[in-house]
Amino acid sequence: MTADIIGWNRDEMAKRAALDIPDGSYVNLGIGIPEKVAQHVPEGREVIYHTENGLLGMGPVPASGGEDPELINAGKKAVTTIPGAAFFHHADSFAMIRGQHIDVCVLGAMQISEQGDLANWSTGEPDAIPAVGGAMDLVAGVKTIYVITQHCTTDGGPKLVESCTYPLTGKNVVDRIYTDLAVLDVTPAGFKVLELAPGVSFDYVQQRTAGKLLPAKG
Amino acid sequence: MDGDGGSPLIWINGWFFKMIDKQVDSPAKAVADIFDGATVMIGGFGEAGSPIELIHALIDQGAQNLTVVNNNTGSGHVGLAALIENGRVAKMICSYPRTVGSKVFPELYRSGKIDLELVPQGTLAERIRAGGAGVPAFYTATSVGTPLAEGKEQRHFAGRDYVMEYGLKADFALIKSKQADRYGNLIYNKTARNFAPIMAMAAETTIVQAERMVTAGEIDPEIVVTPGIFVDRIVTVANPEQESKLVAEGRFYP
Repeated sequence: MTADIIGWNRDEMAKRAALDIPDGSYVNLGIGIPEKVAQHVPEGREVIYHTENGLLGMGPVPASGGEDPELINAGKKAVTTIPGAAFFHHADSFAMIRGQHIDVCVLGAMQISEQGDLANWSTGEPDAIPAVGGAMDLVAGVKTIYVITQHCTTDGGPKLVESCTYPLTGKNVVDRIYTDLAVLDVTPAGFKVLELAPGVSFDYVQQRTAGKLLPAKG
Repeated sequence: MDGDGGSPLIWINGWFFKMIDKQVDSPAKAVADIFDGATVMIGGFGEAGSPIELIHALIDQGAQNLTVVNNNTGSGHVGLAALIENGRVAKMICSYPRTVGSKVFPELYRSGKIDLELVPQGTLAERIRAGGAGVPAFYTATSVGTPLAEGKEQRHFAGRDYVMEYGLKADFALIKSKQADRYGNLIYNKTARNFAPIMAMAAETTIVQAERMVTAGEIDPEIVVTPGIFVDRIVTVANPEQESKLVAEGRFYP
């Protein structure tokens, strides 16, 4: 770590998001940083993980050598089952999503607009291979949508924008955003800062956000 | 249904009956009548549930200009990727054609040699279920406001917008199961189940590769996942190849 990096790292972002996963909830975690949320849910809360390829009650990654190629998650990585897990086919799995039975989904983002529009599946470039997977179903069907993402793109541009320029995954779907700099709610008036990472000021976040920021109070 | 003259006879109360028996001898026989231009649903999510021996038999059989429905587009140069690489697939209907190790499809797509109908994964599953259940179309909130809803009929129900999606049927389905009986009752292995039960319902002819045949009644009726009415042919493949292992070894098919 270099001295000029401020804010939360990836694990800390996942840990912060995990604080907001309610006890007893059914949760679907996207690939990447969202996967880390499961490691950080506070003790004393029981959470059931859903993976859209047909498993409710997904357990942790198996010990090396214990992988089963027919027991995988949506990222096609080996997983385990908890006692009380259930397998089901794809239409039932997506009925859980589309029928609003899953409580929380945590996923990544390329852009999020002030209105809560999410873009996370395609840059729209002509030679890109478009691949959407289950993202559009998740944002349309899951009751609460959390996004975990770096606040800025790798070249420093804003990811929180007035309106998305990339193709949308869903319109007006994001509830809360966890970045390396802040926790923000999507509200009708704009992005509302709920919490700032240690050493990060409101102005610092505003300078790196293309939409309007609202302070937590007022 | 195939008119199978080879079914064994069973003697009950002084009468001989022809037993229903959907078993066929080999993957080659099982896929022999798949025709040029057919729509073929292929089970599997990545390698989990991929009926690799049936796919390889289909490559040997030679049918061309196929429309293939699968969540992905295969990896390496075996299984579904090999079917595509051998030029047999005119169009893919899938949700995620860009998996790690998937090189064949992206190259053909960029050079305009294969069509793609991109469908959100849940919409794909629901379209297949609808097709199998005789439902021609349905409305869903998935994809509303996105490029994948463009050109589709929309309606407003109870304060929300929905797009219309069509049920999806196929001429053939190729799927993999853990156990089968002669009626075609099936159970699956863990997350290898994925699309297989709904594809079995949506296809005119459903072809199964089963790891183990069991006698009728051995699968508890309470745990049958796919009832035999949705299955037409079963071939036993006791020790199926593992796609990721073949990919790691750099294998090609044929």
